[in-house]
Amino acid sequence: MGVTMDNTREIALHVEGLKKYFPIRRGIFQSHVGDVKAVDGVSFDVYKGETLGLVGESGCGKTTTGRTIIRLYEPTDGKVIFKGKDLAKLSSNEMRHMRKSMQMIFQDPYASLNPRMSVFGIVGEPLEVFQLANRQERRERVAELLELVGLNPDFMTRYPHEFSGGQRQRIGLARALALNPDLVVCDEPISALDVSIQAQVVNLLEDLQDKLGLTYVFIAHDLSMVRHISDRVAVMYLGKIVELTDRSTLYANPLHPYTQALLSAVPVPDPVIEEKRQRILLEGDLPSPANPPKGCNFNTRCPKAIDICHEVEPEMVEVQPNHFCACHLVKPVG
Amino acid sequence: MTNETKQTLVIDEEQFLPRREMSNLERWLGTDTYRALRGMVTNPTSIVGLVLLGLFLFIALAAPILAPPISSNPYQIPRDGYGSVPKPPGTLWNSRQPELPFWWKPIMGTDQWVHIMGTASGQWDIYYGVVWGTRTALQVGLLITFVGAAVGITIGAVSAYYGGWLDMVLMRITDIFMAFPFMLAAMTLSAVLTPVLGKGLFPPMIALMAFGWTGFARLLRSDILSVREREYVLAAQVIGVKDARILFRHILPNAIFPTLVLGSMRIGSYVITFAGLSFLGIGAEVGYADWGQLLSFARAWMTNLGEYWYIVIFPGVALVLFTLSWNLVGDALRDVLDPRMQGSR
Repeated sequence: MGVTMDNTREIALHVEGLKKYFPIRRGIFQSHVGDVKAVDGVSFDVYKGETLGLVGESGCGKTTTGRTIIRLYEPTDGKVIFKGKDLAKLSSNEMRHMRKSMQMIFQDPYASLNPRMSVFGIVGEPLEVFQLANRQERRERVAELLELVGLNPDFMTRYPHEFSGGQRQRIGLARALALNPDLVVCDEPISALDVSIQAQVVNLLEDLQDKLGLTYVFIAHDLSMVRHISDRVAVMYLGKIVELTDRSTLYANPLHPYTQALLSAVPVPDPVIEEKRQRILLEGDLPSPANPPKGCNFNTRCPKAIDICHEVEPEMVEVQPNHFCACHLVKPVG
Repeated sequence: MTNETKQTLVIDEEQFLPRREMSNLERWLGTDTYRALRGMVTNPTSIVGLVLLGLFLFIALAAPILAPPISSNPYQIPRDGYGSVPKPPGTLWNSRQPELPFWWKPIMGTDQWVHIMGTASGQWDIYYGVVWGTRTALQVGLLITFVGAAVGITIGAVSAYYGGWLDMVLMRITDIFMAFPFMLAAMTLSAVLTPVLGKGLFPPMIALMAFGWTGFARLLRSDILSVREREYVLAAQVIGVKDARILFRHILPNAIFPTLVLGSMRIGSYVITFAGLSFLGIGAEVGYADWGQLLSFARAWMTNLGEYWYIVIFPGVALVLFTLSWNLVGDALRDVLDPRMQGSR
């Protein structure tokens, strides 16, 4: 798939044809009767130092994509090239060592910290398991990390329940940064936080990106937040990427009918424009990923669907330079 | 845009931090354990349970002082003749009077040792049986629960952790053990084991262990399965923690508490079941200090309990209070460990 372009920038992560099917088993013999196609052939590149936003509605497979990239789930098919290696083919021990370079922050700051471990135990654990530091060095490093994410190093001896949601998310971030990773997959890191705290955490993520040269894959459903933090945005629908381009192009000129509908739902903070905003309302529900529709995945809800959409699955094409879209109605320019 | 947001929205979060000071004990025990322990000593139910338990513990430890043994086997209940008619509390010892405990004379002012709780049919001294039977009850209850829980925890943890066909096989085995009615199975197995091991405490204990582990295995397995999906376990995988460490550091400490509650409640019920087996004659040899055995001495006089109430009341009340104390403690433990109850005390 031709999603690699721009040869001037270094690619940090190359994902190609990634699939993750969860088998459905029934009966006493657990016979395989089908698959939930949570991620069904996703391809994209992430450049070094950039933030790739991954958006889509609930159940579209964005979290599964993130987790499969980092191999919390074994990919069913496809390649994930990181540092010249295909992560899908690494043994679990090789993968374990690869984890020093790729980390993840989780959605729910209340669930992602072990309630029975102190902050020192949580943030210092990566250093402990890779035996990178003795206790004293760990203590210093944890203090350094807590300071980096804007927490008081004295909080080290405290337990997760003593912190607010935003502070917990910072602790999770400190844990992710403990091993100096290059890539951080942020799985909706702010959607469980208050709006005021969301801004703080997002700003912190941006600061750290500048300071440490991090590359982010930022999974979210909040389009305004994605617009704020992302350099490029990929829109997912039912396990597939339907549109991928840089932020300003996507928000100014969305091509895929799904993207258009999605963006039309974003309120505009200007009463005059907001008054005129036309919402494109999608009919029906997200089809079951266990039984996706024939042809284009979106044809059951697409306001512009034509005959071919019900028969042939659209290919991802580069409509304009660096603007990819998978829709029969969108033709490449020139 | 970025800079603007930063300037307007940075909030000093420290001022919102809960400012509760932690004691050193809390730091050392960990917050959850500390809260649980504090709950245990402030909750009225658990106080009653703990006091009763303390009483039984005291009786068990002080047994040689409360009732000095008559022979080299302290669990042998002394008997005062061979008559079949029970004698009421306060009856004087006739023959073979045991050594008098040192506290008897200062309190009662006499050298004459009496049957404090009367004698059962066969002239077995009930007081000795109840006092030394406390030791038996504690030993039996703790040992059965400990072994049963250890087996159940191992099987449950292995089953949940490895999953797949091993889980399938282990859980079907558990099903098979659970399919037998507990009391009948334990009775049959101890009856089978008695000729092999000889009459004594071991056949019924082994039988109860053999059928008692299933509840622990099931409970722990289900708790591990639920904890395993929590995000902090995923987070541990992401930072490269090895499987064994994930199990012992991240999963078990968060999944084990319901199993501990079950364990504390089971101690009482095992002692009841064990007494039931003893009552039926499977278990301790005749004359061994055991509450179930004492109750079985009352069998022939069931119709005359109005007159001979003491042969049932003393061992019966001991058994009921013992079971009650463990149940109260277990109940309280469950309440304090319930996250929905946190903050309410």
